[in-house]
Amino acid sequence: MSVEVFVPAADFTARALGADAVAAAVAAAPGVEVRRTGSRGLYWLEPLVEVATDAGRIGFGPLDSAAARALFANGPPNVDHPDCLGLVDELPWLEKQSRVTMARVGVIEPLSIAQYKANGGFAGLARARALTAPAIVETVTDAGLRGRGGAAFPTGIKWRTVLESEGEPKYIVCNADEGDSGTFADRMIMESDPFSLIEGMLIAGLAVGADRGYIYCRAEYPLAVDTLAEAIRLAKGAGYLDDFHLEVRKGAGAYICGEETSLLESLEGKRGVIRYRPPLPAVKGLFGQPTVVNNVISLASVPAILARGADHYRSFGVGRSRGTLTVQLAGNVRRGGLFEVPFGKPLRWVVEHLGGGTASGLPIKTVQAGGPLGAYIPPQHFDTPLDYESFQAIGGMIGHGGLVVFDETTDMGAMARYAFEFCAEESCGKCTPCRIGAVRGVEVVDRIRRGEAAADNRVLLKDLCHTMIDGSLCGLGGMAPLPVLSVMTHFADEL
Amino acid sequence: MGDGAVAETAREIVERLVALEGPLLPILHAVQDQFGYLPPACVPVIAKGLNLSRAEVQGVISFYPLFRTQPPGRRIVAICRAEACQAVGGAALEAHAQSALGIGFGETSADGEVTLEPVFCLGNCACAPSMTVDGVLHARVDAKRFDELMG
Ligand SMILES: Cc1cc2nc3c(=O)[nH]c(=O)nc-3n(C[C@H](O)[C@H](O)[C@H](O)COP(=O)(O)O)c2cc1C
Ligand code: FES
Repeated sequence: MSVEVFVPAADFTARALGADAVAAAVAAAPGVEVRRTGSRGLYWLEPLVEVATDAGRIGFGPLDSAAARALFANGPPNVDHPDCLGLVDELPWLEKQSRVTMARVGVIEPLSIAQYKANGGFAGLARARALTAPAIVETVTDAGLRGRGGAAFPTGIKWRTVLESEGEPKYIVCNADEGDSGTFADRMIMESDPFSLIEGMLIAGLAVGADRGYIYCRAEYPLAVDTLAEAIRLAKGAGYLDDFHLEVRKGAGAYICGEETSLLESLEGKRGVIRYRPPLPAVKGLFGQPTVVNNVISLASVPAILARGADHYRSFGVGRSRGTLTVQLAGNVRRGGLFEVPFGKPLRWVVEHLGGGTASGLPIKTVQAGGPLGAYIPPQHFDTPLDYESFQAIGGMIGHGGLVVFDETTDMGAMARYAFEFCAEESCGKCTPCRIGAVRGVEVVDRIRRGEAAADNRVLLKDLCHTMIDGSLCGLGGMAPLPVLSVMTHFADEL
Repeated sequence: MGDGAVAETAREIVERLVALEGPLLPILHAVQDQFGYLPPACVPVIAKGLNLSRAEVQGVISFYPLFRTQPPGRRIVAICRAEACQAVGGAALEAHAQSALGIGFGETSADGEVTLEPVFCLGNCACAPSMTVDGVLHARVDAKRFDELMG
């Protein structure tokens, strides 16, 4: 009888690290059955190969194809092998997580409906089908789920607005634009557990009375796009999409298309220029119809909420930040990857304990939280709990949960300049503070860095930042100054 | 490929996709997949098929960084310029790539061999710096690895 061996060949990053060649090497060994899963998210161990045993899956990694060939030369290695990492579920970095949304990621083969169902999949949908639409909305509201795309708006309240809005048809739009540097949780769900997103969208459809939906995925994620398209085809074949039309659509490299109104314009086939609000997309969204726009992680969290109840989900977390946060640790960090933890864990615990500090071994200078529009957090704030309100209190934001670590060699003035450069590059051009302000911002930072009338230019720079914050139409111009101001406040001798 | 052939292919693509809701981006992607870029001759065909003005189609094309209006080189190299990659030497990789290839971002080498494009995050931020060559992702790329990949 052959032994199941799990190789993360369905994950974009693990593939870049050689998972395909490892899968081929393992497949050539006697007595094995290769299963191509996504990644557990422990990227410093990828490609991590897992061998099924009676006690559970044991891990070996990181492996390249030569090491895999040697390891499996005489059939699957066992737990006594000197390179064995032990039971994967008991690895400290997994054991300390609370995997709710990401429970199946890296565990199952992404395109197997049978494995999805055997691991709790479609239980939430079954539960939702037994409830009225308002009762589904109430469950999601009670769970305390807030949007994981960045704005942290309560998902249940958004759904209620769409439920109560008049209009046929209504749409469910999944925001899979994941443009923030340092984030890849959406990608992992789409590549490693795509049915959870489909299930979440179906539940959303039942909750608001929508019978069609789109997943707007950035073009930079070709594997995610292909996996989703195949998952949709399979779900259709299995009868899950009989009453719901679902398509995946590709973006085209514009960061601003992650902003929900710009995303809707793009789906309609227009330039991704943001819309004035009101009306909210919940009232007048895609093609002018009532539309739910939710992030991938928001939607993929819904099946577990329905299946296990609002109380189970809200038992994780603190204060008004309920449930789990899919933290993505990136940049100059020893153990980079995906860690799903309850809200409220201190930033330091995540970065130092789970992440193990910098990859370079030098002291951490700063962590940028919440993507390119998020503040640079200095070490004196590392004890801040990871929850929405605590981060707001220190002038930061959790955003989509990306944490990018920088070591002490970082030139913070250059990072501030980059924030404006990025904003100038990505501005949709609709409002002046963002379109012009970002360009002026680069120039003023350059003058300060050259020492030209530095004191005056610092005053000017702060003024410019506040003009952008107060006057921009959307969060791009409205938040791009935050990293800049954080540098001016916490690393004042560098800008 | 001549303008006539471009127009013919574009017409087929429009016909196949026009029934979608919001068909313009899928059509542009499909045309670019076919030719590697969006040849000017496709614009009037798409405009006519979707009942838009040429200026509207052109306006959409010019808004999105991934839509090309010039034929790319035989190989397309995209280097991530975003923060997580910068945190582990991304800027040095950018500089090395530009000097090794002798071109800047957005340019194609004179011999038509390589196009260098910037990209802002590839979702590979835990194993940065990141780049793609013809869509294939590479992780933890430094100058040495870059030279190996470019062969
Ligand atoms: C400039 C900008 C970029 C954004 N990019 C994304 C993105 O890539 N993904 C995302 O889910 N939300 C993004 N958002 C937030 C969306 O506008 C919106 O709040 C979100 O899709 C709502 O879903 P949620 O409530 O489930 O988070 C962005 C917002 C701004 C202002
Ligand atoms: S920042 Fe470069 S891959 Fe994400």
